[in-house]
Amino acid sequence: MNKDFNSVSRHDIVISSRVRLARNFDQYPFPPKMNNKEAEEIVSKVKDTLMNYKNDEIGDLLFLDMDSLGDIDKQMLVEKHLISPDLATSKRRCAAIISKNEKTSVMINEEDHLRIQTIFHGMQIDNAWKLCDKIDNVLDKSIEYACSETYGYLTCCPTNLGTGIRVSVMLHLPALVIAGYIGNILEACSKLNIAVRGMYGEHSEAIGNMFQMSNQITLGQTEEEIISSIKNIAMQVVEQENTLRNQLYKQNTIKFEDKVYRSYGILANARSISAEESLRLISDVRLGMDMGIIKNISIDTLNEIMLSIQPACLQKLLGKPLDPDERDVRRAELVRRKLRQN
Amino acid sequence: MQCQVCNQRAATVHFTRIVNNQKVEMYLCEQCAREKGAYGEFAIPLGVGNFFASFLGFGDGSSGSKPYIKGFKDVLKCNKCGMTIEEFQGTGKLGCSACYDTFGENLKPLIRRLHGSLEHTGKIPSRLSRGVSITREIARLKELLNKAIEREEYEKAAEIRDKIKSLEVSMQ
Ligand SMILES: [Zn+2]
Ligand SMILES: [Zn+2]
Repeated sequence: MNKDFNSVSRHDIVISSRVRLARNFDQYPFPPKMNNKEAEEIVSKVKDTLMNYKNDEIGDLLFLDMDSLGDIDKQMLVEKHLISPDLATSKRRCAAIISKNEKTSVMINEEDHLRIQTIFHGMQIDNAWKLCDKIDNVLDKSIEYACSETYGYLTCCPTNLGTGIRVSVMLHLPALVIAGYIGNILEACSKLNIAVRGMYGEHSEAIGNMFQMSNQITLGQTEEEIISSIKNIAMQVVEQENTLRNQLYKQNTIKFEDKVYRSYGILANARSISAEESLRLISDVRLGMDMGIIKNISIDTLNEIMLSIQPACLQKLLGKPLDPDERDVRRAELVRRKLRQN
Repeated sequence: MQCQVCNQRAATVHFTRIVNNQKVEMYLCEQCAREKGAYGEFAIPLGVGNFFASFLGFGDGSSGSKPYIKGFKDVLKCNKCGMTIEEFQGTGKLGCSACYDTFGENLKPLIRRLHGSLEHTGKIPSRLSRGVSITREIARLKELLNKAIEREEYEKAAEIRDKIKSLEVSMQ
């Protein structure tokens, strides 16, 4: 039996919730204008403050010196959304502090001295903000933040000025894409000053029907106002996606199931597969699971597959650098194995 | 690269739009991008600098010439980090917190266009919160004081005046 049509949990469509705060030291130039000595001082001040702070909610922290990490390790952190592509390729003295549970990451000397970020599964913006705010308060005690009374927190780029907050949710919207309504959604969002991007932010495409929705305005609204508007709009999109999924399934049950099972079949049997194709097929399978069509895999397994098929994560897992053709073969093996394990 | 619409001016805007599930990519000049309404959509400027330059009103950003007022460049340089307004136009990034004062008036139109506001209302660092909350409290008391005087409640007015004085002393 299929799951009741209306019972699709919001967690199915909302993949993750993220909050990021941009902060700077008042007495130092912003990272693009810093010299090496200043950059080093900032790294060690932040390290001293955070690494000596013990808190159950934040959990154990790891200090990662970007200079001593290899390219694959850095790329893997990018794939896990723990650091930005800019930090991974930065020539500056920079670092990151990451919690072992991978919910928290603090980037040091990215575009701003500090980028404090928290990521949670599903629709948990409030929890993400609570934790991010807490870490910000810890740092606030020992750092004199750059701030003005009128503009609030001062940032390297004026697009982040004020609250310095970026609230984002990752949404899985296959039905809106299939039905061709995604363009309308994107247009409506842009009118509301909500940016919609692909999975890897900034300039990336929406592979696997994943869309990242985030606020563009950071000044003139409180953090709570920004959070509630993103939440509100995201939930409206989720409702539409949900309704459409049910309609599509009711109207084209066989076609719908056929597509889901074919995608599952390819994933479970392919001998060579690219990351992009995998992500497209995973999207179909995820949709099939949400609709109760596929029941023998867990959502955790699917999430694990989605993460591990990415180039750096895959190479890290296999313990060696691989050329793209070889990667496709090993990726297919990995996916087959994980699906069989279920 | 040339603009795909007019085939004349240089393309400075990368314009991506999803129409009926199809991704449409275009490279446009500033002017055509504006006409296409790209700025409300998903415009990704090729050089962020051009984007900011046009925002600041320094030409259309696609040509090299910028209508400087003579001597302008020398005046607008941050004393703390050495950032010039020209450099800011190129990168769209400021050099330090003092830049916000140095380029104050020049930044206002840009900030207003980005955020629709010039006033922060959110969280503030702990070192400022005490000062700010006292300032807000004084403003509130002054309003009460005026109302008390209007109603000829002089005893109450005197009380409020004392409170304001003591708060002002604590600020110094
Ligand atoms: Zn043109
Ligand atoms: Zn400066």
